[in-house]
Amino acid sequence: MTDLLRFDDWTSPVPPVEREVLSRLVEGEDGQPPLLFVPGPGLGAWAFAEHWLAHAAGRGFPAHALTPRADGGLRAHVHDVVQTAASLPRQAVLIGHGAGALVVSRALGRYPARAAVLVAPVMDRWATLGAALKANPFGTLRSRPRLNRKQLFSDGVDAEAYLARMAFSRRLTVPKETPRPVGRPPVLVVGSPDDRVVPRKSLDRVATHYGGAPLLFPGMAHALMLDTGWPEPIDAILDWLTKELSAGS
Amino acid sequence: MHDTPDIADRRDAVCVIGAGASGLATIKNLREHGFAVDCYERETSVGGAWNWRHDRSPVYANTHLISSRPLTEFPDFPMPDNWPDYPHHSQLLSYLERYAKHFGLGEHIWFGTEVVSAVPVGDGRWDVTTRSTGGGSSRVQRYAAVIAANGHNWSPAKPDIPGDFKGQVIHSAQYKDPAQLRNRKVLVIGGGNTGCDIAVEAAQQATTVWHSTRRGYWYAPKYIAGRPADQVNDRLLKWRLPLKMRQWIYRRTLALTTGDLSRYGLPAPDHRPYESHPIVNSQLPYYLGHGRIKPVPDVTRFAGGRVELADGRGIDPDLVITATGYAPRFEFLGPELIGTEGDGRPDLHLHAFARKHPTLAVVGLLQPDAGLLPLAHWQSVAVARWLQLRREDPVRAAAVQQKESARPVSSWSRRQVVDTRRHWFEVDHIAYLKSVGELLHEMEPAT
Repeated sequence: MTDLLRFDDWTSPVPPVEREVLSRLVEGEDGQPPLLFVPGPGLGAWAFAEHWLAHAAGRGFPAHALTPRADGGLRAHVHDVVQTAASLPRQAVLIGHGAGALVVSRALGRYPARAAVLVAPVMDRWATLGAALKANPFGTLRSRPRLNRKQLFSDGVDAEAYLARMAFSRRLTVPKETPRPVGRPPVLVVGSPDDRVVPRKSLDRVATHYGGAPLLFPGMAHALMLDTGWPEPIDAILDWLTKELSAGS
Repeated sequence: MHDTPDIADRRDAVCVIGAGASGLATIKNLREHGFAVDCYERETSVGGAWNWRHDRSPVYANTHLISSRPLTEFPDFPMPDNWPDYPHHSQLLSYLERYAKHFGLGEHIWFGTEVVSAVPVGDGRWDVTTRSTGGGSSRVQRYAAVIAANGHNWSPAKPDIPGDFKGQVIHSAQYKDPAQLRNRKVLVIGGGNTGCDIAVEAAQQATTVWHSTRRGYWYAPKYIAGRPADQVNDRLLKWRLPLKMRQWIYRRTLALTTGDLSRYGLPAPDHRPYESHPIVNSQLPYYLGHGRIKPVPDVTRFAGGRVELADGRGIDPDLVITATGYAPRFEFLGPELIGTEGDGRPDLHLHAFARKHPTLAVVGLLQPDAGLLPLAHWQSVAVARWLQLRREDPVRAAAVQQKESARPVSSWSRRQVVDTRRHWFEVDHIAYLKSVGELLHEMEPAT
């Protein structure tokens, strides 16, 4: 019933902000649907602009990444994702990473995405908190939790430069229930068994919720899109997408 | 098929009539539920009433939304959040065009094609006859279902005023541009939102303006304490305040904002708040107070250059605009199919489902106290899910149908309104969405 009666939106709409969207477009845009990458509030669109946007565009997918608004709550982040998706010329594929996957999972209840990918999704309240406490107890207990280089990156990544660009914000409250996606899009869960933020159990649980199994990339850290092995997951995502899109049409 | 070689069988495909806001939502939601769709649109572009290029579009140059943006947008495709609270009609059209493009709806629409008739052929299927609006031969195709989203604001309902008038009489549908009013003596007939809007424009352009209304109304402002009025009103509904209390708050709010309009000669409302379609206009009281709009009662007859009024007075306008609304029309359907025998008022479950034909529905035939698009969206989701259930699980579908047919009309329709044609399709958006939500819940796929 809450699907139909949206008193929050009707009585106190989310205040608009200027949204930063980085894009890599494709010449003669046809064929493939646009991709919208959504990072967690700690990262910005830059994290996807580093490797994945250009790579996806190179394979024919117009690719966009959204920087989460500063100090927004979950509702504001979901609003921004739906607004950005609706502003694209065609039905978009939503790809969320970390807490951005949580935002995407909520946005899927609002906007009928063409497909969705949840990368290392932080959607499992206690499991992710437990993992974070184990890996980084002091950073986790701050009012604006911090992630350290060991949690985010594997060796060989220029972690200091990336960490300097991160903005740590308040932890998003994870609601108990995940909405059923509208328009029944195919949903893929991607992660790494060696992720120190999202435990393997949690990946399985999220994937099961969407009726699948997670696609795993052993040896990678939480920030898959910045890892040295970044081409592997994005290629797998685009392969999956190509297969799903041809099956659906 | 061997026996009917001239009828193209479209098998499980659904025929949608009209590519306005309701038709577009219907195509999209049927497609999402796995149906092939052929939509027929007699105009050459999408947008229906909101497309000012269309001959039958009722919009005029300065038309803005009456309900605010969050209560007007499709729930799954919001309008840009940097648009104004009350967007202009051209913004609404660009919104609908983007919606059609975003979801790739264009390839399912046959433009410049009108539906001549839709006839049931037994087993729930329909023979639909279409013809190009440019003329030419007609074509018959067989569909699994027919969904009419043909709109109800395009066929002007003109008042029957006796006598002859020397000046010009037009229906508000023909009012397009303020230049039509400039330096003229204008009489606007009708107290609906259109009548009030045109009276205000006339106050800015014409030399003299009379505004004729049959009864007193509650004229709500567009803003209350800096917020769009409908957003404030929905807060009362969110808190589930009882009707009596909401009526009291409504009276108090209007007393503090609009104030008592009987001072200017308007009759006091003859009904309680929430018992008529809401009229939202902040400028009307302003121009009444500046003497630019003179309120007058009902028109009784035309007499040459004069217009006689119910109170015995006479006035001498040179332009009369009748803002007396529109009548629903379904020429392509036999009256027995949707129960329009007699006065032409369709009798449909939830104003949408034909009672005797499970594969015939109407989308968008509502007059809500909020924007129509969200309601049309959920109606079309319910229609799509119903057709899907009927196809995949006929036994459960029959059970749902039986349960729904027992649902009293008063549970989803606003009965406590002034009984006029204007309120035939009046619904309270919350009560209506709740009813549609319950129906959707009953049809939930078994997991």
